[in-house]
Amino acid sequence: MSNSKILANGVDVYYGSKQALFGISMDIKEKEVTALIGPSGCGKSTFLRCINRMNDLIEICKVSGSIKVDNEEIISEKTDVVSLRSKIGMVFQKPNPFPKSIFDNVAYGPTIHGLVDSKNELEEIVHSSLKKAGLFDEVKDRLNEPGTSLSGGQQQRLCIARAIAVNPEIILMDEPCSALDPIATAIIEELIDELRLNYTIIIVTHSMQQAARVSQKTCFFHLGELIETGETNKIFTNPDNTKTQDYITGRFG
Amino acid sequence: MFFWSLVLIAVGIFSSFIYGRSRINLNSKKQGTKSKSLPTYYAQYVLIWCLFPALIVYFSWAIFQEQIIQNIVISNFEYIEGAVYNEGLLLAEIRNVANNPSFADGKSIEIINAAAHYSSLRQISQISFYTSIIIIMLLGALYASQKLKPEFHAQHTIEKYIQYILIFCSSVAIFTTIGIVFSLIFESLRFFAEVSIFEFLFSTEWYPFIPIREGQTAAEGSFGAVPIFAGTFLVMVVAMCVAAPLGLLTAIYLAEYASQRVRKIVKPLLEILAGIPTIVYGFFAFVSVAPFVKAFGQSIGIDASPTSALAAGMVMGVMIIPFISSLSDDVINSVPQSLREASLGIGANKAETIKKVILPAALPGIVGAFLLAISRAIGETMIVVVAAGTAPNLTGNPFENVTTVTVQIVVALIGDQEFDNPRTLSAFALGLVLFVITLFLNIIALQIVKRYRERYE
Repeated sequence: MSNSKILANGVDVYYGSKQALFGISMDIKEKEVTALIGPSGCGKSTFLRCINRMNDLIEICKVSGSIKVDNEEIISEKTDVVSLRSKIGMVFQKPNPFPKSIFDNVAYGPTIHGLVDSKNELEEIVHSSLKKAGLFDEVKDRLNEPGTSLSGGQQQRLCIARAIAVNPEIILMDEPCSALDPIATAIIEELIDELRLNYTIIIVTHSMQQAARVSQKTCFFHLGELIETGETNKIFTNPDNTKTQDYITGRFG
Repeated sequence: MFFWSLVLIAVGIFSSFIYGRSRINLNSKKQGTKSKSLPTYYAQYVLIWCLFPALIVYFSWAIFQEQIIQNIVISNFEYIEGAVYNEGLLLAEIRNVANNPSFADGKSIEIINAAAHYSSLRQISQISFYTSIIIIMLLGALYASQKLKPEFHAQHTIEKYIQYILIFCSSVAIFTTIGIVFSLIFESLRFFAEVSIFEFLFSTEWYPFIPIREGQTAAEGSFGAVPIFAGTFLVMVVAMCVAAPLGLLTAIYLAEYASQRVRKIVKPLLEILAGIPTIVYGFFAFVSVAPFVKAFGQSIGIDASPTSALAAGMVMGVMIIPFISSLSDDVINSVPQSLREASLGIGANKAETIKKVILPAALPGIVGAFLLAISRAIGETMIVVVAAGTAPNLTGNPFENVTTVTVQIVVALIGDQEFDNPRTLSAFALGLVLFVITLFLNIIALQIVKRYRERYE
């Protein structure tokens, strides 16, 4: 049995006076894929963005409660957000490569964190990250071309390579395939399955098939509350809660 | 004449509208069908046909009447054998006598006759002006009223006419620009007929005085514009040294650090800077900044003149801060939020994100903002007239007097000048140079900004 990597307890989130999350408590295990599912606006992305404090960017957003990563509290004034975010990579809904070369996109993180001492070392990290993201063979001859010139699926894998280049322990994925076609989606899903061996992954998805395919644990959100959480197999075959049952059978959402 | 013709046209507008509306109501009642468009469109249709032909006649009359009358008068003038006439002076004399009979005393009989001819022609012209306006309006209304049938789609036609009117309005600005460019070019050609273009562009001595009397040796003009271009460039560089860092840092603060509340207050405040009349900046530069610059120069052992490139440039820099900050702020804001999130998500801090992601992405737009600010700076007049001086010094020392293109244009046009000597005409040549430079800067800047916008939309 693996250990608890992220432990959330009673997380409330407010946007201004509107409450978006109601007392979310969750236990996420190391080196597993956890899928967050639920209808639009249910708070699953909001919760994801609490884990790396991305909600700080939204002025009116207030987070309370407790989230512990490796037993360290992160919902606190004292948290070092920069090192937290270097430990928790994030992949966004829309591929968002920087308007720089493919190489520079991946090299960005290691450079700003001072992870490398020499050019060779940097090159090594860039190459290995691209390999881990399954992109290296497709782009090895054109590392100096802009990242924005790649196709959507390649861009998304570039963003994954960029995230893993700083050697994070956790990767957050916010609907990483929603802007991609089925083939690119299948490639990313395969990639997620491989990455699971080395990283703890939390993925927000609208596609229940995707959740069923890639995740070991599934959490069902509805109207800002965590309705049910459990083994993916169980949630999709024999959920405890009728709301979960209704959602996965397509009765609402 | 002017007032009564306006009254005439107003009456035409009003009555044609009323007529059109009642006529279509009558016609549709007679046929027992409903008209295809609302009655007001038929009224507008009659109005347009009544008004616009009349307006065309009105304006062509206003433009050509005087010229035609003068030509007739001159061609019928009984010249005295052997006498030499200046046509312009002669016409002025005839007009004076015609407008004010007391001037007739002591004038030759030919002039008095011509003046009488002139007056009678004016009278004929006026009478025929009113009659033709009335006839044109009636003809227009008559033509339009033929079409006032219920099955006529008045609304479609009106919409087409409105489109023509809008096209006409928007072409006014374009044709004015073209006209200005041509007048600049033709006057400049006259200047370059007297002064060689190589002297103008490459010679370093600007001494734009020409002999008024024969044999005036001290006043041999020379028109080397290099010191003027250099002065313009120097003031512009000083201004950009002030405005570029201040404007860009302001923009970064506003776009990335300021809270919504601060932004809402500070941005309009900055834009007020752009609304201050430049002459106010001018005397601020002259009264407050220039003495300070002089004192500062003396304290570090540089002999500064009371008006200097530094004083004018610094104040001009302050003036163009809002251009740079406002445009750069827009550009930085239009960098997609997803790039900020990507950078912050990797664990970059705010400064790194701005330096390595936001600014490189916004760079083309920022360069565009700088170029627009530069073209504004070199076209600026009042600040430099007041605070930079008028001496054409070829110098790189910002504590000295310099002069700029715009200042020299002002100097050339001040005073009682005929537009036939190189001193006055030099204003057009300088204006042409200024126009070409700012035009190119603007085109480049707009291209850069446009290309940048396309990339993110």
